[in-house]
Amino acid sequence: MASFDVMPEVQLFQPAELDDALKLADELGSDGWLLGGGQDTYGWLKDRAKQPRAMIDLNGIEALQGIRKTDDGMEIGAATILRDIIRNEDINRDYSLLSQAASRVASPQIRNVGTLGGNLSQDTRCWYYRRGLDCYRAGGNICYADGPQSMNREHAVIGASRCVAVSPSDTATALLALDATMVAENTEGQRVLAAEDFFVGPNTHITQMTALKPGEILSAIRIPKKWASQRFYWEKVADRDVWDFALVSIAVSMAMDGNKIADSRFVCGGVACTPHRLTNVEQAVRGRTLSNESADAVAPLASEGCKPLNYNHFKLPLMENLVRRAMRG
Amino acid sequence: MNPQLSRRRFIKAVIASSVAAASTSGINQAAAQGNRPRGSVERLISININGQTRRVDVAPQETLAYTLRYKLGLTGTKIGCNRGECGACTVLINGVTNYSCSTLTHSVRTRTVRTVEGLQAPDGTLHPVQQAFIDELSPQCGFCTPGQVMSAVALLEETPQPTREEARQALSGNLCRCGAYDHYLNGVMRASGQNS
Repeated sequence: MASFDVMPEVQLFQPAELDDALKLADELGSDGWLLGGGQDTYGWLKDRAKQPRAMIDLNGIEALQGIRKTDDGMEIGAATILRDIIRNEDINRDYSLLSQAASRVASPQIRNVGTLGGNLSQDTRCWYYRRGLDCYRAGGNICYADGPQSMNREHAVIGASRCVAVSPSDTATALLALDATMVAENTEGQRVLAAEDFFVGPNTHITQMTALKPGEILSAIRIPKKWASQRFYWEKVADRDVWDFALVSIAVSMAMDGNKIADSRFVCGGVACTPHRLTNVEQAVRGRTLSNESADAVAPLASEGCKPLNYNHFKLPLMENLVRRAMRG
Repeated sequence: MNPQLSRRRFIKAVIASSVAAASTSGINQAAAQGNRPRGSVERLISININGQTRRVDVAPQETLAYTLRYKLGLTGTKIGCNRGECGACTVLINGVTNYSCSTLTHSVRTRTVRTVEGLQAPDGTLHPVQQAFIDELSPQCGFCTPGQVMSAVALLEETPQPTREEARQALSGNLCRCGAYDHYLNGVMRASGQNS
């Protein structure tokens, strides 16, 4: 398939109200394309690998903007740009896990337009799929990334089902570790989804990365007080410090009781089709202190159940080492 | 064909009829815009570029880099990868760096755009960043330079005395395939009046 430089012909709507956007999204259905910062969008369109009839630009809608304090934590409008999240005082004080993750997304220019909602809803980076091939994720019945000669260094080591693509989002891992909830609006009303239900794997829905239905718009992300100002650890391993997606990343929230871990969330990015919670690590660290001994004891659990492909065995020790680093204290 | 009709008159007639056809389609388009769905965009728009309001016909899917280079003649902004992966097309939108290859022109209607053409003084004096880049021999082939300049200008307007590390961060979204990164950083430090 040829690669093209220019944008294809496509209609553009710039609604000012959420209701108008919802009506448009509902009418257009799968012919419509929700546009946040557009940094995932334009590549798809320029390649002609996805061919929507119209884009619905969500950036002019005030209801989707802004970072607000609520009774139970914070609410962030889905069209809030990552730059604003990185620079927000409240987020930096209480939920620095999110601002750290957001500050490692792509490049400065992309963070200046990229929205939180867009970062969460972006499609996977599997190059076979993005090349426009008729793989499982594109509605076909083959996976080009999971064969004897497939190049799958960046692909999944756990939770794969036919499709072996991974979730690319840095902020998704952080929000899962903060027990965030997602507000999805449609013409009939709204649904509030736990972060864990928002991201879906191929065994749930092989052509989607999120539980958003066609015509539905992610309007806000809510972060509960539960993990405010707790101990956090964030690290992203990528080939380059700028632009590149995570090979493996880790987002950790820890509630301490004295010097012991009372409760925690360990979430890995880049290893499964969704942000991947390390529940066995979470159970094993309960009651432990942060020390090299604890780190060595729980780290091997990180890669339990993983099934590497031909070229991504390195992700297993990487997951273990990231857990080890989070536990060193 | 009527043998009385000379070739010249025939050509004239063809031109006239095609003009008529074009104006009919113009009316259709205008009518279609009159009852277009709420929120869809008009093509003829004004954008504020380098302090001037420019009137321009913009397709809905058009990127800012395309409009700047091919409709407004502002070819200082380069298109490298056209995918938001190199930074050659960096411009300032409301004072903030953006990849113009990955920005819809329609999204900047209410904002101000600055390109590398808008930096020099009316008398032709270069912007301090441009002069410092020359003094430090920052560019090699020069293709990424307009983008590097814009990123450096945005940094210095917000942080007049950046550390070298802050400069490194600010310019991290601009690739230079000659590898002249350190020379650009020297230029930023010189432009901010600090010793490089």
